[in-house]
Amino acid sequence: MAAAEHLYLHVPFCGHRCGYCDFVTVTGNGELHGRYVDALIRELRGAPARPATIFIGGGTPSLLDDALLARLLAALPACDELTVECNPETITPAKAQVLVEGGVSRVSLGAQSFQPQLLATLERRATPDRVLQAARTLRQAGVTNLNLDLMFGVPGQSAADLAADLDQALSLVPEHISYYELEAKPGTRFTHRHGAELERQAEALEDHYETVVATLRERGYHWYETANFCRDGHQARHNLGYWEGRDYLGLGVGAVSTIGLERRRNRPSLRAYLQAVEAGQAPPAEIELLSPAERGSERLMLGLRLDRPMPLDGLEWLIDPRQLERMAGAGMLAREPGGIRLSERGRFMANDVVSTLLR
Amino acid sequence: MALSRIRNFSIIAHIDHGKSTLADRILQVTKTVADRDMREQLLDSMDLERERGITIKAQAVRVLFRASDDRVYELNLIDTPGHVDFTYEVSRSLAACEGALLVVDAAQGLEAQTLANAYLAIENDLDIVPVVNKIDLPAADPDGVSAELAELIGDAPENVLRISAKTGQGIEEVLQAVVDHISPPDGDPQAPPRALIFDSSYDQYRGVLAFVRMVDGGFHKGDKVCAMAQGTRFDVEELGFFSPGMRPAKHLSAGEVGYIVTGLKDVSQLRVGDTLTLSREGAAEPLPGYKEVKPMVFAGLFPTDSDQYPELRDALEKLKLNDAALSYEPETSQALGFGFRCGFLGLLHMDIVRERLEREYDLDLLVTAPNVAYRVQDVKEDWHEVHNPAQMPASGDVLSTEEPYVRASLIAPKEFVGPLMELTQDRRGEFGHMEYLSEERVQLVYDIPLAEVVLDYYDQLKSRSRGYASFDYDMIGFREGKLVKVDVLLAGEQVDSLSLITHRDNAYKQGKALVEALRERIPRQMFEVAIQAAIGSRVIARETVKAKRKDVLAKCYGGDVSRKRKLLEKQKKGKKRMKQVGNIEVPQEAFLAVLDLNRDGGNGGGG
Repeated sequence: MAAAEHLYLHVPFCGHRCGYCDFVTVTGNGELHGRYVDALIRELRGAPARPATIFIGGGTPSLLDDALLARLLAALPACDELTVECNPETITPAKAQVLVEGGVSRVSLGAQSFQPQLLATLERRATPDRVLQAARTLRQAGVTNLNLDLMFGVPGQSAADLAADLDQALSLVPEHISYYELEAKPGTRFTHRHGAELERQAEALEDHYETVVATLRERGYHWYETANFCRDGHQARHNLGYWEGRDYLGLGVGAVSTIGLERRRNRPSLRAYLQAVEAGQAPPAEIELLSPAERGSERLMLGLRLDRPMPLDGLEWLIDPRQLERMAGAGMLAREPGGIRLSERGRFMANDVVSTLLR
Repeated sequence: MALSRIRNFSIIAHIDHGKSTLADRILQVTKTVADRDMREQLLDSMDLERERGITIKAQAVRVLFRASDDRVYELNLIDTPGHVDFTYEVSRSLAACEGALLVVDAAQGLEAQTLANAYLAIENDLDIVPVVNKIDLPAADPDGVSAELAELIGDAPENVLRISAKTGQGIEEVLQAVVDHISPPDGDPQAPPRALIFDSSYDQYRGVLAFVRMVDGGFHKGDKVCAMAQGTRFDVEELGFFSPGMRPAKHLSAGEVGYIVTGLKDVSQLRVGDTLTLSREGAAEPLPGYKEVKPMVFAGLFPTDSDQYPELRDALEKLKLNDAALSYEPETSQALGFGFRCGFLGLLHMDIVRERLEREYDLDLLVTAPNVAYRVQDVKEDWHEVHNPAQMPASGDVLSTEEPYVRASLIAPKEFVGPLMELTQDRRGEFGHMEYLSEERVQLVYDIPLAEVVLDYYDQLKSRSRGYASFDYDMIGFREGKLVKVDVLLAGEQVDSLSLITHRDNAYKQGKALVEALRERIPRQMFEVAIQAAIGSRVIARETVKAKRKDVLAKCYGGDVSRKRKLLEKQKKGKKRMKQVGNIEVPQEAFLAVLDLNRDGGNGGGG
């Protein structure tokens, strides 16, 4: 494989599986943590020696005990940005210390909300106090680049709940905020349980999203990507790699890599992963070969999420010029010297705009 | 066979009153069909007819019956279509007969349709044999129904035959009554031949098959004949009769009923009601009663998938081969693409055509709201027939307008007279008269615009009479009516396929119901959608679909790009199914809003 600039490591372990989650996660299996970290370290041998960014996501990477986490971090190659996803309830002063000493330059904290009843609905284990405390602990340990993951559209969330969440998040002065609309995927027990309420509140989410964008901008954050906000100079470089359509290598169970036109999706079975890697083989994976049109559509879909001109070099053939004209005329996008950029209204309607542009 | 030993008759009955079962029993009792070959409703050859329990194409079957005088009689049973849309065809079938069995369900009693056809038979001087069927039913009231029947035809109740076609009870007696009470044909075997065409059908191998009643003279294989009204000429390739399969014969002679293989390629060359005679030394005068039937109800037929347009054209061509009453011409709609404007005798005819296109030709169709034929006089005082709202000139260019009226006959139990009068008056009906058929049942006669019937009158009639009212109508010509064209504008653009022509008094209600129906069917989207109904430049109703404010993929990272891309592709596909009108996207269902307007009774209920 050609060297990818962006390296992702998946740690699937969670203390508890939240109802809305559809990531590859496993609960329990504490005895496998050590084997798994060893397997990741073994896989790292084939990874680029000097990636630009590394992101350790999950699952809950911070669920690993301090020694294991330290071992994993020590095995990583040097890079310019190293992010680790953490859940508030796993953050202790010692763990924070391990992160900082392990070279972690950015911590992404899964806060989701500060309202107890919404955290309960989401089946999160942390209480609001625990979230605040985790943030403080990380700061005290010297974390200078902190992201908060937050969510709107939680069943039962009122406009006041949203305002309170925004207030509390801002009081922590994070460098970066990811604010997602809850995505209730069909077939999850969460959707089954809350489907009616989700449907009922669908229209209110338009207000919520507008409130999120307006409030964060007012408070000095750049709305630099559809769901991501940052203070000056704190864009998530790793994630920019995805949005700019660059190659990335994913290690670990369930991890996804995209190199050129090949997308490799490691299979979700933890045991099969361990057996293969321990036997010195590549992890079992399914391979999706992307057509140039598919890869190009993805680049458009991802690139137009960013608040910067998207260069169309080599992508013109995927775009219907009449629709481009029409969308520009309707004020959904602007043609700039560096490419096309969605207007504010266009960004709110990005799916509609992009699916209109594509031939 | 000597004329005195021939009887030509048909069966008049309401749908479900047992016509087909009785016909089947007659074939069985006369051993025309062996018991083991008996299929239910043998005479109805198309699946569609079998399912709907109605007969579209009249056919004639010859059976031989040994009567009580120990002589064998040739009985020709001529099947008639049973619906109001085919009144003319019924009249020609009846003209081919000397008598009719008037069959009424012992539990249901007389229905409007039966009554209309019975009058038609009486007007044609047919001998009527009254029959009460289904006397085996627990709810049967043979005495009451016999009295009704006897009253209708001026006979004694005890002369009404009581049978059960289902069990076979009384079938022999019916055949004996046909011999005893129906006159033998009285044509002149020596005169130049004249044959009445009472139906035709198309066979892909043999061409057009004409069903005829020889009135005078006779035809032989190879005769050169011509249709007197239309002037169509052809050679008799084969002739014969059905019993029940095709049986070729050497000749057809006066009084007989049979078929002629013409070799013609198109049924429209041979119209029902026309007279066949020899090309040379033929008859001087045609048989009376021929008229050209004209479609009165029009609708646009569009393939849901525009790629199916050529298939739709081919299918219509094929259907037309067998259905002289169907007309069609290409039509283009900005919203629905390429399709055809089709003309039908009535709503049932339209339904049958649509179902055949969908079922036999596997087409997925959009059918626009039907409208009737209108007559419009322009400022130069010239009259035009308008079959399509798009053809309606601007209101300033119209001097006057006319619409077709029908004479409607309603029969219902007396407790429904109030609601039915209210309904019919609401629909611009003009009261004619009222008559008690019995102590319980009343007939109402109204003149009513066909446009109202086409709209939703029939459904309303059924619902307000809890299904007890029956209904029949006859075209009585055009009358003046203040008609206007209601246009629909989506985001300021007029959408041709949503326009409708309606009476001025209904325009506001219909416009309002229409924009409301559209609002429910047009999803929120990138742009606000203003939905307006207008007469000329005057807006009479308006609704708005607010613009959508958010349509984003909440998050998207390396792990789920494929899935998100597929979501986008799905959305793209969804868009392709939408019709773009100006800047907005309209789902095809929305164009059917006009149709639903009819079904929901948007007119009557005010939406």
